[in-house]
Amino acid sequence: MARTAKRNPVDTFFSIITGAASFSVVVLIIGILIVLISESSLSIGKFGIWRFLVSTDWDPVRESFGALTNIYGTVVTTMLSLVIAIPIAIGIAIFITEISPNFLKGPIGAAIELLAAIPSIIYGMWGLFTLSPIMSRYIEPFLQKVFGGLPLMGILFQGTPMGIDILTASVILSIMIIPFTASISRDAFNLTPEVVKESAYALGATKWEVVKNVVLPYSKLGVFGGIVLSLGRALGETMAVAFVLGNDHRITTSLLDAAATITVTLANEFAEADKDIYLSSLFYLALVLFVMSFVTLAIAKFFLLRAEKKYTR
Amino acid sequence: MAGTLELEVKGLDFYYSGNVHALKKINLSIHKNEVTALIGPSGCGKTTLLRCFNRMHDLYPGNRYQGEVTFQEENILSSGTDLISLRSRIGMVFQKPTPFPMNIFDNIAYGLKLKGIRKRDELSERVERALKHSALWDEVKDKLHASAYALSGGQQQRLVIARALAVDPEVLLFDEPTSALDPISTSKIEELAAVLKKEVTIVIVTHNMQQAARISDKTGFLMLGELIEFDTTEKIFTAPSEKLTEDYVTGRFG
Repeated sequence: MARTAKRNPVDTFFSIITGAASFSVVVLIIGILIVLISESSLSIGKFGIWRFLVSTDWDPVRESFGALTNIYGTVVTTMLSLVIAIPIAIGIAIFITEISPNFLKGPIGAAIELLAAIPSIIYGMWGLFTLSPIMSRYIEPFLQKVFGGLPLMGILFQGTPMGIDILTASVILSIMIIPFTASISRDAFNLTPEVVKESAYALGATKWEVVKNVVLPYSKLGVFGGIVLSLGRALGETMAVAFVLGNDHRITTSLLDAAATITVTLANEFAEADKDIYLSSLFYLALVLFVMSFVTLAIAKFFLLRAEKKYTR
Repeated sequence: MAGTLELEVKGLDFYYSGNVHALKKINLSIHKNEVTALIGPSGCGKTTLLRCFNRMHDLYPGNRYQGEVTFQEENILSSGTDLISLRSRIGMVFQKPTPFPMNIFDNIAYGLKLKGIRKRDELSERVERALKHSALWDEVKDKLHASAYALSGGQQQRLVIARALAVDPEVLLFDEPTSALDPISTSKIEELAAVLKKEVTIVIVTHNMQQAARISDKTGFLMLGELIEFDTTEKIFTAPSEKLTEDYVTGRFG
């Protein structure tokens, strides 16, 4: 039966305020989407959807625009940064939760959180003035010497090591996302019940076996959540990569070449977008990024829900 | 067979980190193929004593033992003890069921795999044997590859016992194994203990005195870190020599 008890006016007021706050978020998202779509309608009309997504053209002079080079740069730098960051972040989390002596846990944890607090522009500057020279002088020539001659692997390390390229940008990105993945993984590891770990030890497991067979499986949802959060951050990160990616609209197989991401293109080119179609194409590009982030998050949510069901019977 | 000394505690003191004196000069002998119960009020040190037998305290920094605990005449408190092999010989079952995040089969096979047993048929054979042993086989034989979390609490606890049994331990330590279970599951586990003692030596911590009286051969009564009395279960519950023991088992405190 529906309850029709008289509501307390304070309660009513309270639900209206909190409801309005929550609802405004939904309105905001829809509003942003509408602006993106309407601003990019000129470009959508001219290039269509499919052609825009698969075209590698980005030619303001001939007024021909396609998103593929930007999408490619975004996807490659994001994936590469995850590849670098995930093992390091999980290693950090394992060390803090399972291995480190107590007196070290606090300082290391604080250092990692500080890493997350550094504004991304500072990462960008540091990348340009410190990391980039180190990459071009030492690390990239070394990688080229070791892997450059190998079949398949070799194509990843062609060209002159300039230090302004996909690899450097990915390294910066990975440093930026390590704190997120690490601290969320650490929290997830800490949720593993002590007594379940003890059960494994009680069967004669070593520390490594307990981490591998109990802690990691137990917390993989949380770790996955941390990775998704990092992925979202890496997809949208702008300032840190803008300095060291080179903003070159082309698709390259070598990690030592410059490239462009959606965010970097947006940050760099709005000021020079003098024609309507150029401006509209930039909005179109932003719309693509919006959809990419949305889809990533949706997929992640889907997997998280499925995994959750599996483990809570 | 009965009467062989399995575990012997000699003048054991135990300190938790921060110098908390949790066990004081404990002396007791545990015989093979007997069920030894440790009873006492909360915080008396019974679980602490139990956890000395497989050196669980070593997982946390700052804990300190003094004295001797011998297992088949070897001092397991010595620094040279191989904890991995000790723990595969002395198994432990905890208060709450602790299945691993794996399916039923893998849960049981886990300890075997740790011991390096990889052969598929040997694994299935020993998993089946362990499950039959813990009287769980009939209930799970059709869903060995289902998640262990899908089992009920009582089934999970028997699963955990099967997991401990699979590696053929010589001693099984039970830390209040039925305190989180309903009465039917509890009696199943108690029946199990009676059967199991033919093959393993059992030490059980319980705060349920009827349980100690029902299933154990020897009982130790601890209070404030001291072993007040240790004797046959019959004697402890019918004619204890200490006044404190009598007060406790008759329910005057605790």
